Amino acid sequence: MTLIGKRLETQLHDKKPLYTDSEAKAEAERCLYCVDAPCIKACPTTIDIPTFIKKIASGNTRGAAKTIFDQNLLGHSCARVCPVEVLCAGDCVYNAWEREPIAIGRLQRFATETSTAPGQKPLYVAKKNASPKKVACVGAGPASLAFAGAMALEGHTAVVLEKRAVAGGLNTTGIAPYKLHAEDALHEVDWVRGFGVEIKTGMEVDADSAKKLLAEFDAVFLGVGLGADTKLGIPGEDGAGVVGATAWIEAMKLDATTPSTKDLRVLVVGGGNTAIDVARECAQLGAADVAMVYRRTEKDMSGYEHEMEGARVEGVRLVSNSIPVSVVRDPNGKVTALRVARGEQGKAVAGSEHDLPCDLIALAIGQSKLHELAKHFPGVELDAKGCIKADPATGQTGNAKVFAGGDAINGGKEVVNAVADGRNAARTLIARFTAKA
Amino acid sequence: MADLSIDFAGIKSPNPFWLASAPPANTGEQVMRAFDAGWGGAVWKTLGDPIVNVSSRFGGVDLGTYKMMGFNNIELITDRSLETNLREIREVKKRYPKHAVIASLMTETKEDWRVLIQKCEDAGVDGLELNFGCPHGMCERGMGSSVGQEPKLLTEITSWTKEFAKTPVLVKLTPNTGDIVEAGQAAVHGGGDGISLINTIKSIIGVDLDRLVPLPRVGNASSNGGYCGPAVKPIALHLLAALARDEVAGRVPISGIGGIGNWKDAAEFIALGSTSVQVCTAVMHYGFRIVEDMIDGLSNYLDSRGMKSVNELRGRAIPGYQEWGDLDLSYKLLAKIDPKKCIGCQLCVTACNDGAHQCIFTGNEEKSRPPHAHTAGKAKPPSPFPIGLHAGNRVPWVDEPECVGCNLCALVCPVEGCITMEETPSGLPKETWNERVAAGRGKIPGGIHD
Repeated sequence: MTLIGKRLETQLHDKKPLYTDSEAKAEAERCLYCVDAPCIKACPTTIDIPTFIKKIASGNTRGAAKTIFDQNLLGHSCARVCPVEVLCAGDCVYNAWEREPIAIGRLQRFATETSTAPGQKPLYVAKKNASPKKVACVGAGPASLAFAGAMALEGHTAVVLEKRAVAGGLNTTGIAPYKLHAEDALHEVDWVRGFGVEIKTGMEVDADSAKKLLAEFDAVFLGVGLGADTKLGIPGEDGAGVVGATAWIEAMKLDATTPSTKDLRVLVVGGGNTAIDVARECAQLGAADVAMVYRRTEKDMSGYEHEMEGARVEGVRLVSNSIPVSVVRDPNGKVTALRVARGEQGKAVAGSEHDLPCDLIALAIGQSKLHELAKHFPGVELDAKGCIKADPATGQTGNAKVFAGGDAINGGKEVVNAVADGRNAARTLIARFTAKA
Repeated sequence: MADLSIDFAGIKSPNPFWLASAPPANTGEQVMRAFDAGWGGAVWKTLGDPIVNVSSRFGGVDLGTYKMMGFNNIELITDRSLETNLREIREVKKRYPKHAVIASLMTETKEDWRVLIQKCEDAGVDGLELNFGCPHGMCERGMGSSVGQEPKLLTEITSWTKEFAKTPVLVKLTPNTGDIVEAGQAAVHGGGDGISLINTIKSIIGVDLDRLVPLPRVGNASSNGGYCGPAVKPIALHLLAALARDEVAGRVPISGIGGIGNWKDAAEFIALGSTSVQVCTAVMHYGFRIVEDMIDGLSNYLDSRGMKSVNELRGRAIPGYQEWGDLDLSYKLLAKIDPKKCIGCQLCVTACNDGAHQCIFTGNEEKSRPPHAHTAGKAKPPSPFPIGLHAGNRVPWVDEPECVGCNLCALVCPVEGCITMEETPSGLPKETWNERVAAGRGKIPGGIHD
């Protein structure tokens, strides 16, 4: 699929643009090249960070990219979307020294982006496998792409089924544009497709097709992510002017007909990273006012501190200890306010209701789980939270042929966690296939 | 403020900082600006029959983001007419009578030397420096380092110049020689009043890996050049000290050259026997203005040491420069890691393990020593186990019985003062190798014939 029209996300620019050669070299030279490096341990895909950084410093950018991709095939999107502040860079020894940690994300972007740019020689060529197996993925997000890419490079047949018209999962539909634009996510999808991965969009898997997949393929990987945005369940919620956060982000990134939030008063309900993303995106689009409405105190928020700090710089306010009660609409049905009650320990205090005037409300209080899909695969179980049960080290579910990873098993973590899951499942299967062959 | 003025074999200078004979001292206009900036003297770009230069001429070696850690050039002596240079020298001396202006000279026949020296002295120079060091271009024509590498020739030409010179003669030596003391003595035997060293080191600065041509590139070729800059300082310090402590060569004052970029470098050269110091690369990199900190820093250092004059510093480190055989074999250092300062990078661990003596470990458990260890049993972690202020349980520890006090860990540690080398009584009386040999204990078991 190609991206059409002047989509809203094109108004938002990279916060951390691609380094120039000399910027990358200068930053790479700062790296101490630690032994038993804490940054590697903090990376869910255990990229050998000091090694790739030294390669950038020596001018071996291609080698640096290979060091990254060998552990993480989606190293380019991870470079741009990883919360390095709480992962690799957060554990950089420079922090202890009260110095600026190495900009690992930006260096990784430099290596991966320059080495996979159009016109560059391929970094990988898929192996010829004497006894190729067939694997299918449900969902074309980071977990599936990491899985399918690794399988394809081993010479297996990898088919990815995506219900949307566009592949890439949240990388394409959900990442804040100032980190990653949809076209860059699709460029990465194309790069993985180049290994021989077949991606079929517009393919929703139901009970029948699940049965067929199990019959036709040697293994199936479920990288289905999460479902629709959760609703508050309060009066007035349904109708124009109240949007689900991930649905709105997807429209902002992909649908050129989405109206801008410029000059609007926006309330974002929630305290997680998706809530912060929406708030920042609205603020950057020129909203008149953006406030996050959260039921508890700031320190209870699951969103990252560094993201909230960034949001504040962009003018986002936080209205804490506030619990939505109803959406107030005028006689024409237009949203005029969100009625909230004061919260104490997350509980509404009776009689404390008041209105927060607004034009648009975005709900970022979580996403539903895709219970139904799992049921189509016999043996695959769900945990108490509705996530697919799978061993994160191997991706193995209750069905020997079925693997799973990403948000579908962890309830919603980072892209890098999804990539780790997909990679681990691929390594498990490759070892199994090799042993049998 | 300490007195920085010097008297170099009769050449007076308000401070020991001179521009070396090189591009920064190419013209009168530059030299006068340098004097305005604070330089005490200048050795003029080498005079002789003008030459023709090539393009390009310079090459650099960067270390990380530090530019020009090393530098080389294939530029020759002055390409301007002698008359022009002399006119400018005359003007400089007229306007800056208290500053030292020394003419660097290079020519061939005795008659040429006579004429050149007379003309320079008529122009008012305070001294002469014989360029017997240039390792590129001119040496192919029988001049520069080709003289400095032949002690007899060096003595002979020096003695010619002394026949004609009324001002002091400094002999500039090349480091491209087997024995610098031989060259230094030859200069003194020829009557030289002083020695300058080092001239640049014969070098190829690098290779253009796209064109596969050495650097600096002149079309599709290059030539060996003269290496200088911060990288050559240790070589220069050694050659300086070797001369300064020599009975013959050490009789004359020495002008130290080689990688000097700040007052500390200068102080080290002076402590090893330099009377003046000459600077080129640092000026080519940062400009004449660097001398302000050189003067200020040296002066502050002398004040802090209670020295009233720079002359009190001169040569103070020479007695500490000994033969290896005279070092105390019983002296013992141990590495100490400060858990308060450690940031947990563990560079010391791998440096010691791969590059030294396998005696730095991590983790609070006993560690197996390598099979070649000198101490029996396992290495025991310190008790209580050090928990770092920043690095937590990543702070490494030293297996002291195995530590030879080599310094490597302290050298690789990025944190100032985190790893210190502490003196530890070895329990042995002071003994040098030479003493052992004299006492008949110079044979160590396990040799070639054992």
